[in-house]
Amino acid sequence: MSPLSSTPPTLAIVGASYAGVQLAASARDAGFDGRILMFGDEPHLPYQRPPLSKGLLTGKTTVAALALKSADFYREARIEHVPDMRVSHIDPAAHRLTLADGSTLAWDWLALATGARCRALPMPGAGLQGVHALRSLDDALALDEAAHKGKRVCVIGGGFIGLEVAAALAGRGLEVTVVELGSRLLSRAVTPEISRFVASLHAAHCVRVLCNSAVQAIHGHAGKVSAVELESGECLGCDLVVAGIGVVPNDELARAAGIVCANGIVTDALGRTSAPGVLAIGDCAATPNPHAAEPDTPLRLESIQVANDLARAAASLIAGQPQACIAVPWFWSDQYDAKLQMAGLMSPTDDVVVRGDPASGRFSVFCLRDGCIAAVQTVSRPADHMLGRKLVAARTAIAADTLADPDFDPRTLIPR
Amino acid sequence: MPTIHFVLKDGNTRSVDAPIGQSVMEAAILNNVRGIDAECGGCASCATCHVYVDPAYFERLPEPDDMERELLEGVAAERRPTSRLSCQIALVAELDGLVIHVPATQA
Ligand SMILES: Cc1cc2nc3c(=O)[nH]c(=O)nc-3n(C[C@H](O)[C@H](O)[C@H](O)COP(=O)(O)OP(=O)(O)OC[C@H]3O[C@@H](n4cnc5c(N)ncnc54)[C@H](O)[C@@H]3O)c2cc1C
Ligand code: FES
Repeated sequence: MSPLSSTPPTLAIVGASYAGVQLAASARDAGFDGRILMFGDEPHLPYQRPPLSKGLLTGKTTVAALALKSADFYREARIEHVPDMRVSHIDPAAHRLTLADGSTLAWDWLALATGARCRALPMPGAGLQGVHALRSLDDALALDEAAHKGKRVCVIGGGFIGLEVAAALAGRGLEVTVVELGSRLLSRAVTPEISRFVASLHAAHCVRVLCNSAVQAIHGHAGKVSAVELESGECLGCDLVVAGIGVVPNDELARAAGIVCANGIVTDALGRTSAPGVLAIGDCAATPNPHAAEPDTPLRLESIQVANDLARAAASLIAGQPQACIAVPWFWSDQYDAKLQMAGLMSPTDDVVVRGDPASGRFSVFCLRDGCIAAVQTVSRPADHMLGRKLVAARTAIAADTLADPDFDPRTLIPR
Repeated sequence: MPTIHFVLKDGNTRSVDAPIGQSVMEAAILNNVRGIDAECGGCASCATCHVYVDPAYFERLPEPDDMERELLEGVAAERRPTSRLSCQIALVAELDGLVIHVPATQA
């Protein structure tokens, strides 16, 4: 506990989403008995984001079903959620923070769980009506409404969110083009084998995918978007543009307070920042990851798993029984009927073994690093994904040709 | 509205009424039933909404699909013949009185 601690101590959390909620819940579960305040600048109870680009846009999920926890949960766990309240300043030396309404609060522990925001499109026309991005529930509702009226959509960026939106809108009968700057889809996160499959999946659903393509400008008519112009000179007529070009971490509070940041607020595996008593967790944090090809370099991962697991580690620290986060990173994406699941972190130099036939729509890609299983990426093979998490955690050694043998059962690699 | 009885880890039972069409996982989350994590929010990707369905009701459920069957291989607690993923169980009128046992752990 920090030297300034009063009784009872106060944990102040900035950001009311996955990381903040998990920290609050886990700190209580681990026996932290002080006051927990969680400030969020959105008006809603904390809600789930993955369904925003999946179920909500396809009509499979309703807004009511998005709540992360019920209101009763916060009451019972004595977590004071303050919605619609921005934290505007933090002072680590004085252990105080300032709220948007000018009031201040003293804390013993401060956790920054501020997440990330969509990177703004850098080209002219980005401010036209009909240009959307997707991060929040309000973004999703606006996009959903625009899609009701839209016919032709241009998705800028072939990452997970762009592709999920493309799949959802194609499923709703819109004509969709995806424009990707890189030479393949999802290039940061998946192996070329998976990229190829995903490209063919979208093609099979009549989505046009243009790789190696840069957007030059967005054109409009009477303030509304009408076309996207590529550097090649091609003009894609459209009435809706969705930008999915990645996010930037909300690290301004930390920066202003002099806390070390490098594409995110730099932390250790317990969520500790360079300022004593100040933690950072979730999408805003950059944390060395033991499963990365460069395990000592702070790495910012955007996923529910990281938000939850680093929050649990931070909670263990607050409760006085520190347990560093060593969890295997995992992530998923649903596009059409395909379920992509990633366990571990691939690196472009990994050796790759494919099990199953990509043409069947169900296959697994194993990434081997230094002779050990470093990542497993699956398409509609959840059993391999669940197994993959264990194999990556155990850094299981295996020869590539053994693993490539269809008669070999990788389940036998788990010690019983 | 069908009633679901959740038998919690501590042996206590929490009974909740939930509308037809809602999943058992959603009913648990929205009613603050502890012990069902549902990290993927019902996307059938995480297996942290694992439950044991009381045998009397198990037979009444539609069979799990391939995705669910495979994910069940990765549940954190002991896998039993009555194991299901609660996000994949949609409430219908016939499930009124459903008894669900929350497993020891989800992680
Ligand atoms: C459409 C979509 C689909 C996704 N799909 C998946 C998926 O399938 N699987 C997966 O693992 N991940 C997915 N993600 C990523 C996942 O949602 C994030 O990793 C997760 O939300 C991170 O949680 P967080 O709490 O760190 O930050 P966030 O969820 O970004 O929450 C941060 C909160 O803090 C608030 N905030 C920021 N600054 C302040 C301030 N100064 N004062 C008060 N409040 C503040 C923000 O407004 C926000 O509400 C998806 C994300 C999106 C947008
Ligand atoms: S909530 Fe993730 S599998 Fe059911």
